[in-house]
Amino acid sequence: MSIYRYGETTRLAREAYEKYDQKVEMLDRRGFVGTVLGASALVLGVSLKPASAAPSAWQPSVYLGFEADGTVVITAHRSEMGTSSKTSLPIMLADELEADWKKVRVEQALGDEKYGSQNTDGSCSIRDFGHAMLKAGATARTLFERAAAQKWGCQPGDVAANQSTVVNGRTKARLTFAELLPIAAKLDLPKDHELRYKTPDQYKLIGKKIPMVDERNVLQGKATFGMDATMPGMLIAMVERPPVYASKVKSVDNSAALAVKGVRQTVELPSWKPPHLFQQLGGVAVLGDNTWAVMQARKKLKIEWDQSPHANYNSAAEKQSLLDSVLKPGKVVRNRGDVDAAFAKAARTHEANYYAPMLSHAPMEPPVAVAEWKNGKVETWCPTQNPQAVQDAVAAAMGIPKTDVICHVTLLGGGFGRKSKPDYVVEAALLSKAAGKPVKVIWTREDDIKFDYYHTVSGMHMKAGMDATGKLDAWLFRSAFPPIASTFAPGMQYGAEFEVGMGLNELPYDVPNIRGENCPAPNHLRLGWMRAVAHVYHAFGIHSFLDELAVLNNTDYLSYSLKALGPDRNVDLSKDGVKPWNNGMPIDKFPINTGRLRRVLEMAAEQSGYGKKKSSNGHGFGIAAHRSFLSYIASVVEVVVDSEGKLTIPNVWTVADCGTTVNPDRVVSQLEGAAVFGASIAMLGEITAANGRVQQSNFHDYPVARLAESPRMTHVTIVPSKEPAAGVGEPGVPVIVPAITNAIFAATGKRVRELPVRRTKLV
Amino acid sequence: MIEIKVNGKTRSFDGDGDMPLLWYLRDELSLTGSKFGCGMGLCGACTVHQNGEAIRSCVTPVKAVAGKDITTIEGLSPNGTHPCQIAWEKHAVAQCGYCQAGQVMQAAALLKKTPKPTDEQIDAAMNGNICRCGTYQRIRAAVKAAAGVKA
Repeated sequence: MSIYRYGETTRLAREAYEKYDQKVEMLDRRGFVGTVLGASALVLGVSLKPASAAPSAWQPSVYLGFEADGTVVITAHRSEMGTSSKTSLPIMLADELEADWKKVRVEQALGDEKYGSQNTDGSCSIRDFGHAMLKAGATARTLFERAAAQKWGCQPGDVAANQSTVVNGRTKARLTFAELLPIAAKLDLPKDHELRYKTPDQYKLIGKKIPMVDERNVLQGKATFGMDATMPGMLIAMVERPPVYASKVKSVDNSAALAVKGVRQTVELPSWKPPHLFQQLGGVAVLGDNTWAVMQARKKLKIEWDQSPHANYNSAAEKQSLLDSVLKPGKVVRNRGDVDAAFAKAARTHEANYYAPMLSHAPMEPPVAVAEWKNGKVETWCPTQNPQAVQDAVAAAMGIPKTDVICHVTLLGGGFGRKSKPDYVVEAALLSKAAGKPVKVIWTREDDIKFDYYHTVSGMHMKAGMDATGKLDAWLFRSAFPPIASTFAPGMQYGAEFEVGMGLNELPYDVPNIRGENCPAPNHLRLGWMRAVAHVYHAFGIHSFLDELAVLNNTDYLSYSLKALGPDRNVDLSKDGVKPWNNGMPIDKFPINTGRLRRVLEMAAEQSGYGKKKSSNGHGFGIAAHRSFLSYIASVVEVVVDSEGKLTIPNVWTVADCGTTVNPDRVVSQLEGAAVFGASIAMLGEITAANGRVQQSNFHDYPVARLAESPRMTHVTIVPSKEPAAGVGEPGVPVIVPAITNAIFAATGKRVRELPVRRTKLV
Repeated sequence: MIEIKVNGKTRSFDGDGDMPLLWYLRDELSLTGSKFGCGMGLCGACTVHQNGEAIRSCVTPVKAVAGKDITTIEGLSPNGTHPCQIAWEKHAVAQCGYCQAGQVMQAAALLKKTPKPTDEQIDAAMNGNICRCGTYQRIRAAVKAAAGVKA
């Protein structure tokens, strides 16, 4: 069997994904001083005025500007959905600039490709833009220092910036950034080699606990989320979407809907054409003066839908077909040695199948968008993770240039990947054009859960061969999942490179025979990435299986997986025919280092007492360590199962090596949140379809973890590191799921191979 | 005509009395601090106070609060100085922040009735408020800080 080469459709899917998710366009690659005013290498804020005039404002980089009073304006070009990227990138710039944080205003950027990728997705904000922030700060600081030296007639080395001023080291004289602006704005920009950067001991913001810039407004109800955006004369709209994917409106009777007081009109939305991409789903919209009227009227629409090819989609049958699919050979995505030969001579083999259901993102703020169509252009206010994708998708739907779509980014009431797919913004734009007024499309929770870009369902098959001592000699890992690739290339049944690259083809263990196979699975709904994506189910399979093997050999996961990891080294997948996806990053810059994985595992065990504290009846500890989004995370979960089978999680210990970190308390908070998100997935989350219709609708039938079901205390340790910044938002999630199920095994002897756990009777 | 006192100000409404209070606050009064999360009273993002008690405004018709005193997050305190708001800030509870107005209103109602709540009382009072970012342990800590009880 040859190593699978990606076909044309997969290539398209990959490109589509890369386009929306992984394209990293560092501005400093094109010359750091790209600005709204042009692309000259000179300071540009003054270019609109005669050279002699003092600038009223100055913008030495697209991320940074100054107002005449010295106020520093830092542009947050990434979206804020709770990870603090709107704060943590600006503090890097402000710190390097030596700005007084109290004199900094952070402004949210419009969607514009001049900023590079704005897609706040893939846990990469600091990784991809931290350097540009430092450089912008260092450049402007150098200019202020040179301006002061010029004014004082001394050497630049005699002066130093300090909290929005420059101080003369000899005379102790002091000039503010505001006073220096007119001079600084006329200086030539320093060259790269002339920039000097602060050393970490000089940081005043980086490494400190810095609150999010919107925090106070959030706590007073003053912050503007997408749900809160408004425009004068705006109509509210809700859409009745096809209950079965890809079905279309056959006929509609809107008379009862139009009779509701406050309702203005109904609009039939166009149906989408494959590939789905970020097109809206079609259906019939009701537009009116207030949300309540529209909500009532929508229920009165009488719509006849045509037959969809997905009308016979049933999750129960799909589950069986996935589990059948993984019993047959699939496309080989990784091959080392010869697993078949190794199984034939193994002293012992062990097999297990795992299943994880579809999930819905369910951010607390459902999708919502305000848009106005005017003079052939669209202006929108929306909670989006990816404003440039909004521009692309709206432009495509309206047949206008991308630059005629102005996208204002509001705060996001949660994203988790849902809000990087702007179908809901397209709806608002189309409806505004139809109504001739600004329109706000509101999705109810039912809409959100029934019409998501779902996290896919998956089936996995694992087989291990061991020698007489129990040592792992061969590992076959098969995975079948309707791929996200199908959203970009219709009919795709195999994962795109990024899906296979999340766990399936990169087991880091020192096992002489490994084969990874991707087995086919058709999609019947829109699929999309959700926090931690394919790592979620792959980590569940991998670390559950390792725990099973450990138990089989009368040891524990910690000892068994440490042995399997082998000596500290960078894993070379190229010998196995794999070009690692590695989150789109070069493997030499971000190697798969088993030493870092070992260290977090050992630290988590040490801190939790794993292996020392004995599990007993109804009380157990589970552990897992996994590399994802270039970070190394280990978690230990403690569970208590009472006599009625009710499970609680008193403690989680998470140790994270995410490379260099910027805002440690926000890193800790992400990992606390990941434990809760993981608990939701492990214990509760399940989306199913019957006859093509999603059966869940709201938090009563699609439960997510509440306070009582969540880990009571998550103890987070960040490993100090000088390695490049890696992911934080997502990598805390995958380990939690198998750590919980491994803990359940320790507590009850029940091996959970199918999620969610609530489907298994624990006693 | 329905009269309601919202954040100390008397308002009158002659629209559909079945309209949930949440949409009255958001659409008619532009008080958008109370959030829409589920529309079924399942998540608590819309929590406001009715005569000091926490209610879910998304399932409370306007006509049911006629003559009542309604307080929203905007009216909880001048300038965010309620002990819960201060504690929330100190513990850096918020991530995305969407649910936090509801969380704060829920906690404020709890502390008004039960100034020194036990762990069980906190859990019981706060379990109806979902936070998808998973800030629960900080919420619990912030409630205790606001109450001045040991964490």
